Amino acid sequence: MAVIQVERKPLTFAERTYVPQIIAGLVTTWKHLVRRKDTLQYPEQRPAIPPGYRGVPTLVRDPNGREKCVSCQLCEFVCPPKAIRITPGEIPLDAPHAHVERAPQAFDIDMLRCIYCGMCQEVCPEEAIFLQQQYSMSGYTREEFVNNKARLYELGGTLPDQHFKWDKKKSAEERGNEH
Amino acid sequence: MIDFYLHLHPLVQGTLKGLAVICVIFPIAGVCSMAERKVSAWIQGRPGPNRAIVPWAAWIPFIGPFLQKLGVFHVMADGGKMLFKEDSLPGHVNKFYFVLAPIIAMMPALTTVTAVPFGAYLDEAGRVVPIALANVDIGLIAVFAVASLGVYSVILAGWASNSKYPFLGGVRASAQLISYELSMTLSVIPLFLWVNEPGREGTMGFARVVELQSNPGFWGGAWFVFVMPISAFIFMTALFAETNRQPFDMPESEADLVGGFHTEYGAFKWGLFFVAEYSHMLIGSGVFTLLFLGGWNPLPWIPLATLVDWLGVTSPILVGLLSIVIFVTKVLALIFFFMWIRWTVPRFRYDQVMEIGWKKLLPLSLLNLVAYAIGIAVIQS
Amino acid sequence: MNVVESMPPPPKPDLITVNIDGRDVAVPKGTNAIEAARLVGVDVPFYCYHPKLSVVGNCRMCLIEIGMPAVDPATKAPIMDPATGKQRINWIPRPQIGCATNASPGLHIRTNTPQIKDCREGVMEFLLINHPLDCPICDQAGECKLQEQATGYGRGYSRFIEQKVVKPKRTQLGPRVTLDDERCILCSRCIRFCKEIARDDVLGFIDRGSYSTLTCYPGKKLTNNYSLNTVDICPVGALTSTDFRFKMRVWFLKQTNSIDTESSVGANTVVWSREGIIYRITPRRNDEVNDTWMSDSGRELYKQVRSSDRLTAIRVNGIDSSLDVAVQAAAELIRASAGAVAVVGSGRSSVEEQFLTHKLAKLLQAPAGIVSRVGEGDGILISADRNPNVRGALVTGLIQGLPQPKLERLAAGIDAGTIRTVVAINEDLVAAGLTPAQLAKVAIVYLGTHVQPTTAAARVVIPTLTVFEKSGTFVNQQFRLQKFAKAVPGPAGASDDLVALSRLLAALGGGAIPSEINALWSLMAEEVPALKTIAFGRVPATGLQLDPAPWAGLPYVEGETLHYKPAP
Ligand code: SF4
Ligand code: SF4
Ligand code: SF4
Ligand code: FES
Repeated sequence: MAVIQVERKPLTFAERTYVPQIIAGLVTTWKHLVRRKDTLQYPEQRPAIPPGYRGVPTLVRDPNGREKCVSCQLCEFVCPPKAIRITPGEIPLDAPHAHVERAPQAFDIDMLRCIYCGMCQEVCPEEAIFLQQQYSMSGYTREEFVNNKARLYELGGTLPDQHFKWDKKKSAEERGNEH
Repeated sequence: MIDFYLHLHPLVQGTLKGLAVICVIFPIAGVCSMAERKVSAWIQGRPGPNRAIVPWAAWIPFIGPFLQKLGVFHVMADGGKMLFKEDSLPGHVNKFYFVLAPIIAMMPALTTVTAVPFGAYLDEAGRVVPIALANVDIGLIAVFAVASLGVYSVILAGWASNSKYPFLGGVRASAQLISYELSMTLSVIPLFLWVNEPGREGTMGFARVVELQSNPGFWGGAWFVFVMPISAFIFMTALFAETNRQPFDMPESEADLVGGFHTEYGAFKWGLFFVAEYSHMLIGSGVFTLLFLGGWNPLPWIPLATLVDWLGVTSPILVGLLSIVIFVTKVLALIFFFMWIRWTVPRFRYDQVMEIGWKKLLPLSLLNLVAYAIGIAVIQS
Repeated sequence: MNVVESMPPPPKPDLITVNIDGRDVAVPKGTNAIEAARLVGVDVPFYCYHPKLSVVGNCRMCLIEIGMPAVDPATKAPIMDPATGKQRINWIPRPQIGCATNASPGLHIRTNTPQIKDCREGVMEFLLINHPLDCPICDQAGECKLQEQATGYGRGYSRFIEQKVVKPKRTQLGPRVTLDDERCILCSRCIRFCKEIARDDVLGFIDRGSYSTLTCYPGKKLTNNYSLNTVDICPVGALTSTDFRFKMRVWFLKQTNSIDTESSVGANTVVWSREGIIYRITPRRNDEVNDTWMSDSGRELYKQVRSSDRLTAIRVNGIDSSLDVAVQAAAELIRASAGAVAVVGSGRSSVEEQFLTHKLAKLLQAPAGIVSRVGEGDGILISADRNPNVRGALVTGLIQGLPQPKLERLAAGIDAGTIRTVVAINEDLVAAGLTPAQLAKVAIVYLGTHVQPTTAAARVVIPTLTVFEKSGTFVNQQFRLQKFAKAVPGPAGASDDLVALSRLLAALGGGAIPSEINALWSLMAEEVPALKTIAFGRVPATGLQLDPAPWAGLPYVEGETLHYKPAP
């Protein structure tokens, strides 16, 4: 273990009186005193939320209005504080998106547990759950902090889709095996 | 009006003066607390308290929002809270002394004010007459004597609280105040050696000190801060220590003692300590202004009389008001300086406090005294 | 001496030595390469091979390199390799399938060569070409061999940009099985199972090449009572259980070993539960009892746990009460009719409960019996005796002979007035042949799980636990002592059977009898000759064979099933 002995520089007389240092300090604090303040007056002024911000997790629909979540429960599994609770369900055969087969019956995220880690978004194979811009949650009861499926879709809205994987699948099904 | 007042019974006069003191000191303490919060905020790059507003004030255009931004209504809210919140008494304290301590804190704080002149007017003869509630000849001695009683309240609070942190705070306060009182007193002796020149009646009052800073000529008009800078420095430093202000707020240093001597206090009793601290600051600044910053003289080498001449004001009341404004401005500037220092110099360690007091300031003030004593002896003889 | 050590030792298999990845290992002759490799901890991936089904070798995932030590064809002298000083190995240049390679002396196997790595990547790539990659909506995800092997042996990315083949999805193969043909990898395990084990040959492939499709024989359905085993053995998510479909992800489920209580076969099972709710039951491999199979009907039994007719309140004379009060009330009823008490035990109770029931009957000097339940055996895993634990009642001494379907002696006793109080444990007296009029004549103390005609007539009702909510043992038709464990907590209001019985015994002056299962077993080992030297904690997961000799002559009702032959 190398210990480097650093020679302490002897203080000058002026330094030992503290006075020059205190004056320098006063100058510094004065500068701060007169500087423009960066404080945001919060409820009236809101910060600009940068892209990629991890706010409240939400469920999204694709541009055709299809609910993207297929209740694979991977987010429920990965969620470190176990904030997510999903009851999986089957899409009835006569529904427009019957070929997706699976959709959540119930989907609850307990925002008192959520730590905004974004793991759910990371793990979702369907790009159905996103931590979006919403950053402030408030309520009077614990129940108000449990976002149910309807609320999650309301918060999430529609996001652009890059793949339309299920639509492609459906058209392939309709086309059959012709080559 | 003045005549009417002067014809009142002395007891009534005294009561009125006392009420006046209370009515002035308490609001000033409140305003100072808000100033403290605002200055702290600004130095830390924040706007500070700016939310509270009462509805009727909100209706006044410009002024209402301006006052709101200044946090004026927070002062009211704070005062109201301080008055009305539950005044709890912890079960483990010595009740009598526990209640007594904040009262004792208030007594020197309010008494010393009376001895400090805060303005002056010119009488018919054109002489400057200081305005003070009690223009006693022993002025400074009275202030020193009574102000140092303030430490008893701290010690009493610390002891009566019957718990560790307040006790440590009380012990610290007693040692610190004794240490710095010495240098403080020694630092002003040269000044009074000079003031009490041979051939004149001896005085410890402030009036003569201010008078000697308002004479014509270079030396006559120079404030004592220029004539005796070392004394001023020592006095200032000791003042910080005496008023328990940062960097010397050992008795209540919240980082290690929670709240120091007032840890167990709350509500109105705590508020009394708080007011006492600000009035100490106020009186300390006043004394400093009188001794070293020319009292009610507007600028160095420009005495009040000259200013009055220029302005052509003759009414004693107007002159008095003018002098009070000048004096109060200086005092407030000093108080601001207190706050400014607070956010600039970090708190000393307790051993450093002792070392500065005994090993630095005391020898320095002794040397200073000897040097000036010789100098004054040479000049005045 | 009545535990398994006393059985004649199995004939020593002739061991031969094979070499796997450079390590010699002794295996029984004829072991296939996959199993041999497993013995030394070498994983050979496979899909179509199943230890309990015939080998077809159509998935090609299990490719390995094999070789034999070289001998001079003329002299039969070993040819030595001068470089290593050992006998040279003649490796077959082409990879071979492991599932169809049986161990022979001197066989050398390599599973870690670049060629094998390439082979596996190639096979995986072909399998995934037309696979829909449905994992997010596939119930098999998490226990899918395709996922596992793709992770372990796949190339990690796809080069296939053409259209995938479209096949039928969400087909109902039968009442309990859903088929997704796109996911099928054509391993034919399900086909072989139906043909060889269920003996109901309804599945088959149609079409050719990548259009090959699994389907039912026209006009038939996969309806047999073993159809859900195809779901278990399907390595991918092609066959899924309609009942379990989209209910819960398998990775959330806790697995608890249990026993199928449908019949005296005692198939070993795993109960899958999450947070106190059971989601499914699957078979657990036990080569002595059920191999890797179980019946569909046995998988439904978990539904009784949360059924609406569950008893959840202790009742005394129709008023909700507490266990202490109920036990006192029962004791008073019993004492009031001392000498006129009958105890009806159950072949569905565990060995421990039967032991306590027997103690109760002995204490009261009351006649005791159980109710028999006989159905038709299916020759596979459901026997004719539909009580899981009649042999347990014999072992503990609760009964001496085999039970009757109707409680005629009890009925006669009631009619004659010699029985005035009946303690019924887990048995419906009406179903056991008593008339409501007879029930009205006696005071009934009932311990059981579900609402029955008897519960309405009972003076004291103490709700107890189902087999999924408690631990214990059963003795199956082979006199095999098998353990089951508590998978989920019981409903509020239900008491553990052992607690209720031991409290009742204590209240009747039977002394303090432990209700904790391990402590109870020490007592049982002392008092029951057949269970001497056995401790509950040491009963293996696959069960412990007891000596059936003391009860050999009895006319058991069971016919032949998978691993059981009735005595001639
Ligand atoms: S991971 Fe995505 S698709 Fe799966 S359940 Fe969560 S939100 Fe739904
Ligand atoms: S952000 Fe993290 S903590 Fe919140 S729901 Fe998603 S996975 Fe759970
Ligand atoms: S359905 Fe499953 S078990 Fe049957 S052939 Fe296809 S992959 Fe194999
Ligand atoms: S396991 Fe050997 S070919 Fe399928």
